[in-house]
Order: sequence, then C-alpha cells, then structure tokens
Amino acid sequence: MTQVTMTVNGKAVSGEAEGRTLLSQFLRDGLGLTGTHVGCDTSQCGACSVHVNGKLVKSCTMFAVEADGAEVLTVEGEADEDGTLSTIQQAFQDHHGLQCGFCTPGMVMATKSLLAANPKPTEAEIRAYLSGNICRCTGYHNIVKAIMAASGQDVSAIAAE
Amino acid sequence: MPADGGIGASTKRREDVRFLTGNGNYTDDINANGQAYVYFLRSEMAHAKINGIDTSEAEKMDGVIRIFTGEDFTEVGGVPCGWEVTDRFGNAMQEPRHPILAHGKARHVGDPICAVVAETLEQARDAAEAIELDLEELPAVIDMKDALKDGSPKVHDELESNLCYDWGFVEENREAVDEAIRNAHHVTTLELRNNRLIANPMEPRVAIGMFDRTTDEHTLYTTSQNPHVIRLLMGAFVLGIPEHKLRVISPDVGGGFGTKIFHYAEEAFCTFAAKAVNRPVKWTCSRSEAFVSDAHGRDHVTKIELAMDEDGNFLALRTDTHANMGAYLSTFAPSVPTWLHGTLMAGNYKTPLIYVNVKAVFTNTVPVDAYRGAGRPEASFQLERVIDKAAYEIGKDPIELRRQNFITEFPYATPVAVEYDTGDYNATMDKMIEIADLAGFEKRAAESADNGKLRGLGVNCYIEACGIAPSNLVGQLGARAGLYESATVRVNATGSISVMTGSHSHGQGHETAFPQVIADMIGIDASQVDIVHGDTSKVPMGMGTYGSRSLAVGGSAMVRATEKIINKAKKIAAHLMEASEGDIELKDGQFTVAGTDKSVAWGDVTLAAYVPHNYPLEELEPGLEETAFYDPANFTYPSGAYACEVEVDPETGKVTIERFSAADDFGNIVNPMIVDGQVHGGIGQGIGQALLEQAVYDEDGQLISGSYMDYAMPRADDVPFYTVDHSCQTPCTHNPLGVKGCGEAGAIGSPPAVVNAVVDALRRAGQDITHIDMPLTPSRVWQAMQS
Repeated sequence: MTQVTMTVNGKAVSGEAEGRTLLSQFLRDGLGLTGTHVGCDTSQCGACSVHVNGKLVKSCTMFAVEADGAEVLTVEGEADEDGTLSTIQQAFQDHHGLQCGFCTPGMVMATKSLLAANPKPTEAEIRAYLSGNICRCTGYHNIVKAIMAASGQDVSAIAAE
Repeated sequence: MPADGGIGASTKRREDVRFLTGNGNYTDDINANGQAYVYFLRSEMAHAKINGIDTSEAEKMDGVIRIFTGEDFTEVGGVPCGWEVTDRFGNAMQEPRHPILAHGKARHVGDPICAVVAETLEQARDAAEAIELDLEELPAVIDMKDALKDGSPKVHDELESNLCYDWGFVEENREAVDEAIRNAHHVTTLELRNNRLIANPMEPRVAIGMFDRTTDEHTLYTTSQNPHVIRLLMGAFVLGIPEHKLRVISPDVGGGFGTKIFHYAEEAFCTFAAKAVNRPVKWTCSRSEAFVSDAHGRDHVTKIELAMDEDGNFLALRTDTHANMGAYLSTFAPSVPTWLHGTLMAGNYKTPLIYVNVKAVFTNTVPVDAYRGAGRPEASFQLERVIDKAAYEIGKDPIELRRQNFITEFPYATPVAVEYDTGDYNATMDKMIEIADLAGFEKRAAESADNGKLRGLGVNCYIEACGIAPSNLVGQLGARAGLYESATVRVNATGSISVMTGSHSHGQGHETAFPQVIADMIGIDASQVDIVHGDTSKVPMGMGTYGSRSLAVGGSAMVRATEKIINKAKKIAAHLMEASEGDIELKDGQFTVAGTDKSVAWGDVTLAAYVPHNYPLEELEPGLEETAFYDPANFTYPSGAYACEVEVDPETGKVTIERFSAADDFGNIVNPMIVDGQVHGGIGQGIGQALLEQAVYDEDGQLISGSYMDYAMPRADDVPFYTVDHSCQTPCTHNPLGVKGCGEAGAIGSPPAVVNAVVDALRRAGQDITHIDMPLTPSRVWQAMQS
C-alpha cells in the first residue's frame, strides 16, 4: 500500500492505494467520488474519462500511483459551488443529451476537453472526437447537438430533437 | 393544460441534474458496512464435465471468507424460466434445470463454477486463480442445425435432445398455407440470419446481497429493470424467502434494453451468500464477464416464403426459424421467438394465410433472451426484407407493393391472433416520403457517384406489439406471471403528490414524464409531483419496464389511481363549497361550482383531507391516497415507415449511413423530446445490428467477440443525425392516455431499412444481389460484390 496525494477538483486529497489500483478505482472507492464510472475493462468505453494535468484521460488506463501529485478534474467539479450547472452540463440537459446517465460523466469531460482545444467544432469533428466515448442509449444525436449548443453554435437547423 | 409541464410538453428532465453532476446512485456506487466481495470463477470451456474442484489452496489465502460451488446449491431452486411454451403437438417445452452454480457440467463459456467470497475483490480474484478445476472437455454444440441431428452431444443429458420445442402457429392453418404457396403465381423465398447481439448497456450488472439477523430480512440491490419480478422469482422459486422478508431495490440503473429484466444466478447467489457468511456480499460484473454472462439477443436462422398473385397481392406467408436458446432457459426466452415474433408476421399487411414454425434449440452458448424489440425486430426484418426482394423480382416499386397490401380498416384481426386497434400506414408512409425527401434521392445518388460512391435507398414499414400485456391472454400462452402495472398516488396535506409506480426508469425519463400526466389531470405544476420507483418496500407489486409498457400500462395505472383521487377530492370540494358533487369541475388546480364563481384551490382540498375539521366524516374517510392496478385490454401497436440512404465504397465495401428518416405513429405523446430520444437510441442500436455488431462463437464455443475490442459498438461517427417525426398519431383505443409506447420501435424498424439500402446501392451498380446477412461489414459487402 502506498499513500497517494493529488488535487481533485481543486482540493488536496490523499488516500491509500496498491500498486495495481487504477485511478478510476481510487477516485470511486478511495475518495468516494462515484461520478466517474467504469463501463468496461478494455479502455474503450470512456465512461471513466477525467482530466489529469489538463489532459483528457481514461482513468482506467492509469494507476493511482501514477497520478500522485497530479491535478485531476472529475465531473463532480464541473458545476459551480452553488450547484449551477456549467454551460456544457446545461446544454446536455437542454437538448436531452443523456438518458440513463452512465456514459454522461465521460461525455461531459470529453466535451470540456474538446471545446478547450476546438471552440467551434463541426459535427464531423465532434463525432470523431467522441470515438473514445460509447453511449448505448441516445444514438448520439442529442449528444452531438448538445455539444454544438454548448459551443454557442446555432442548432435550430438540426432535425427535430 | 398548464403553461409548461403537462402532456405534450418537452419538459427538460429533472433527473439530468444528478446524472450530470456525478450524483447518480447506481448500484456499484452503493457500499454496505462490512461488505465482502464475490468473484465468480467461470468455465473457460463451452462444454465440460466437472470432475473435481479443489479449493484447498484457495481457502488458505488472505482475506478469503468462503468458497462456494454447485454442491452448496443442491437444496435450493434453480434459476427459473418465467414462460412455458407448448409445442405444436401439445407437449410442454423441454425445460432443463439451471443451477445457481454449475453442477456436474459446465455448459457455456462463462458458466459460473465457483464463487469466492473475500474481504476485497482483489483477494477474491487472487484466490480464484488458486482453485484447481478438474474439467473434462466435451464436444461443444454450437451450430443449431447440427444440434438437432441424431447423435449430437446433448447440452442437457436429462433431456431427450437439444430441441427445446417445435412450435407452429397457427398450426390449424398450416395446410392451407402450404397449398396457397404451392398454387401461387409467384413465391419469393429468402434465407437469412438475425445476428446474435449483446445488449451491452453501459452500466455492467451489479448485485449486493444483505441479510439482517435481527429481523430475518434479506435485501438485494440489483441493476434490474423490474425489482418486484426479481423478488417474486428469487423469493418464491429459488431461495424460498417469503416476499415480505425480501426487499429488492433497483436504484439508478444505467441502461437495460432487456438484458436487465431477467433473474440471474448472481442475484440469487449474493442473496444466499449474505446470509451464509453473515456479511453483505457485493458483486460487480466486469465488462469481459458481462460478455459471457449477460443474456444475449436475437440469433435466429430463418427461411421465409411470400406467395403473391399476379398483381402482387400477398396471399400467404410461411416462415421456418431456428431460434437459439443458449445453454439454459433465461426468464422470458421461450416467448421471444414464439409469441413476440410469430404474432407479428402479418406486419402492416392483409396477408390472409400465415404459418410460422420455430424450433428453439439448446447450444453451448450464453443463454439468449429478449433484447430491445424482443422478437419484433426478428419478425420485421424477415418480412420487410422478403417484401423488398419480392418487389424486385416482380418489378414493382417497393413502396407501391407495400401500399397495395396495407391494412386500412381497423380494428383488424390478423391471422396470427393479435388484433390491431388502430393505425394509418399510408399516413406514415406519406410522412416518411416527405421528411426523407425521397424526391431528391436521384440527385444525391448522382452526387455520390461523382465522388466514386454507390448510393442506395432502402425503405420499409414496421409494426410492433408492445405495451405488454393482457394477463389473461399471456397466461393462456404460457406466461407464468401477469403483466399488469401498479400505481399508488399519495397526495400530501400541502398538495404535493408522491406516485409510487411499479414501472422502473433506467433512462426513459419517468421522473419527468409521469408527473406531466398528473399535472395535466389536476392542473397543478409538474414540479409538485414526485415519482418513487425501484424499491419493493415502497411500491406495490409491479412488473417493471420493458416491452415499451411504461406509459401504456404504468401510466394507465397512474391515471386510474389519479381518477380515484380526483373523484374523492371533488366530494371534499363539494362539501367545502356546500355544493352538489355533480356540479364540481376541476381545472388548473381549482375546483369550481359550475355556473358560479365559487372556487376552492387544490391545496385547500388536500389540507382538508388530512385536517378533516370541515369534512363529511360520516360519508368519507380522511386522507387522499389511492392505488390502481391496470391490466391492459390488448397490446398496443405502434407502426411506421423508415427510409435509409447509404453510400457504399466499391473499393472497400464500407457502408456509411448518409440519411436516416423515421415516421412513427405512437398515438398520443406525453413528452416529445423523450420520445424522439427513444427513437434515436433505437435507430442507433438498429444501425449497430445492421452494420457492426455480432456475437461470434468459434466451433469450440469460444466467444471470439469477447470485449469491446472485438464487438463493434456503434460510436458517434458511425451514425448521422436522424430525422424523426411522430406527427402521425392514431391514439390507442384501449388505454386512458391513448399512448402506444415508443421505446423499441427504432430498433425494430431500422435494420431492414439499412440492409434494403445497401442491396439497392449494389443493384444500382449492376450487381445482382438479393441479400447480405447482417452485420454488413466492409468485408461482407466487398465479398458480395466480388461474386
């Protein structure tokens, strides 16, 4: 067991981890931050996506000990302190970009990363960017629409929501 | 209706807030004090005799609490099947025992043999690796037709053969159908596979069993679409726990699509083990494990024949299907290829004579059961593909051939038992043609050709039977349960309302949509209404969510209970206003006396009910809470017309979906935004089936597509934006909301559209291709083009 320390959503946190403990497990079990979800064991699904030192990372692909000293952002840190949803979160709600909610934390973190790098992505760019995030419920239509809306683009021309 | 929030409003979902902020309460997020963890050691052989299990080394390892094998479960019931099908000779289906842990033999890769309970999951897993299994590999039964040959190894030695049942429907019509086909002017024949799929909801299954020795009560948290069904099946038929001592809770569930309906061995194990070791026992399925333990879907091999006269009128239809049950009978499995498939073979058409034969077969594969659409996608696919082929063979336009055979008078009694209440198939066809801009297709095809691509157009109709189901009817057909739904509407003193519903939401948005209905009926704001679901201690017995039944059946129960509430509230209002009950009207949350300006608010009436000082106590009990159980009079019959345009790259065979249009008739709609989302999701899954997905077994029964690396899940760049329309509405005639349900339609109507489109693309390029089996991978399309 090793003591692992990192900053999560701006707060310094510390916990114990084995060498083999994944960052996803550390967040969920060690820190009780269960917003990051585990949907697969081969790093395809993206439900575990977080930001580590500014980069979009699937937290199942990192050991907790590798994130020692890192700045981590999870979905729990996305809304304001008073609970006001962020622009991205509000866009997902406005456009029904989620159904069961399980892939959603990963989608939110991926969107955050996409829009930081590409403030006005096209439909094709969004779809390509989401290749690491699988959703089974929505058929992606409203997720793509929500992301375009979150980026400030006009989505009224997109076929019926 | 209130300004925002009643029936017809696209109210944003209140459940989104917790999902978007990471505050969902999924089963794996839940941890019990002192919980232990279980790891299942599963068979890596498809078929093997279990000659011995040596757990001695494993038991000594750190943290191990107890190791269970099949020997520990010989005194309890096996996993039950909830539907008994009678074969065409009047005999009951062959029904094997399904032990909680494999006993004597392992029958599929993934069959659980041992369960290690330990302090941590890692310790359980480590100990499992130290278990010595003495397995003697047996030949695997994988191909269904081989499984039925004389001399085939048997999956279940105690059964006569690998044939679960040989079902014929309607058996009395068989000869007439055969004769009509013999004498027909033209018969179109098609052989096809409906590919085996894995539902893969993004949340893997989880179960947490708990036992309280002080109260002798069991609790099971599980990722189920129907906690009451689990309580009934597990309590009554497996573990012998009386229902009032067993609480089953399904909290937030991350998608189901049918796979989370069934009672699984792991649920019974965790419940049993929690008492045995006196610790809560938690199981979290890994995705790789899910591939070999979640029920699979579809997996039919079908031959279909459509007989027509010289004008293209459908005379008769005959189908012959082998349906894979897998190694054991999952909860609903026998009903899927029979009652949920055979009864849909009329489709939207007036075909007078229909015969369906289904042979259900045991194989050494994961059990197969319902998956989004459950039998109806299989029916629609074969019907709409053979019609497409027929149109080509006789030189008729595929839309015109369908139109001339449409049912146009309702109610319509099909020759396959079901009676359609209402519909207008020409309307949805017209609407589809409009929204899909079929008129512009040739121009788009020319543009595709300029880019070196082959463009194709596929059109189809579908109808489906959902809103399941009338209990009497399904009982006669072999169901071992009723299919009603329940609702308790509890009005609080201050006017807010709690609705305890037997329906369960795992993405469908009930917490938002159900209050819209009550808001409409009473005229209060939807935010005043709260939905409670998923806990058998809080909600009366209900059957859960699947078969597109939540609004049609669950919503109807809620309406009936609310009607009782309104009736009683009017009596109270009449007393308060010293008027006659018959003169009381309720609108926008106000009770008024007709023809006067007397009124009293909803909140005043509800307060009076609980503080009955000015109250007709001699005639009326205080309180304002009513329950209703609603048993539907019939299935509901959503229908529609779909169009798909594809581009095929002739060099690589790769297919891209360029346009997808869906015109659906769902009857009345409560929340259009949610309905469209359901259609989008269904289409996404249908495109997945048509182009990408397949659960593949090799001849030894190894699941080659055992993870997301090899099982191609549709991603955002595999699909376009969809054009969906639900403005054609013929309300259901037999439920109070007039709703038909919409959850599965997209997955039912879309695969034929995609395949029809690809075949069309290849035909336009001069290839004489009549069918390609799904999934239409680049390799398959390319191969088809070479021959």
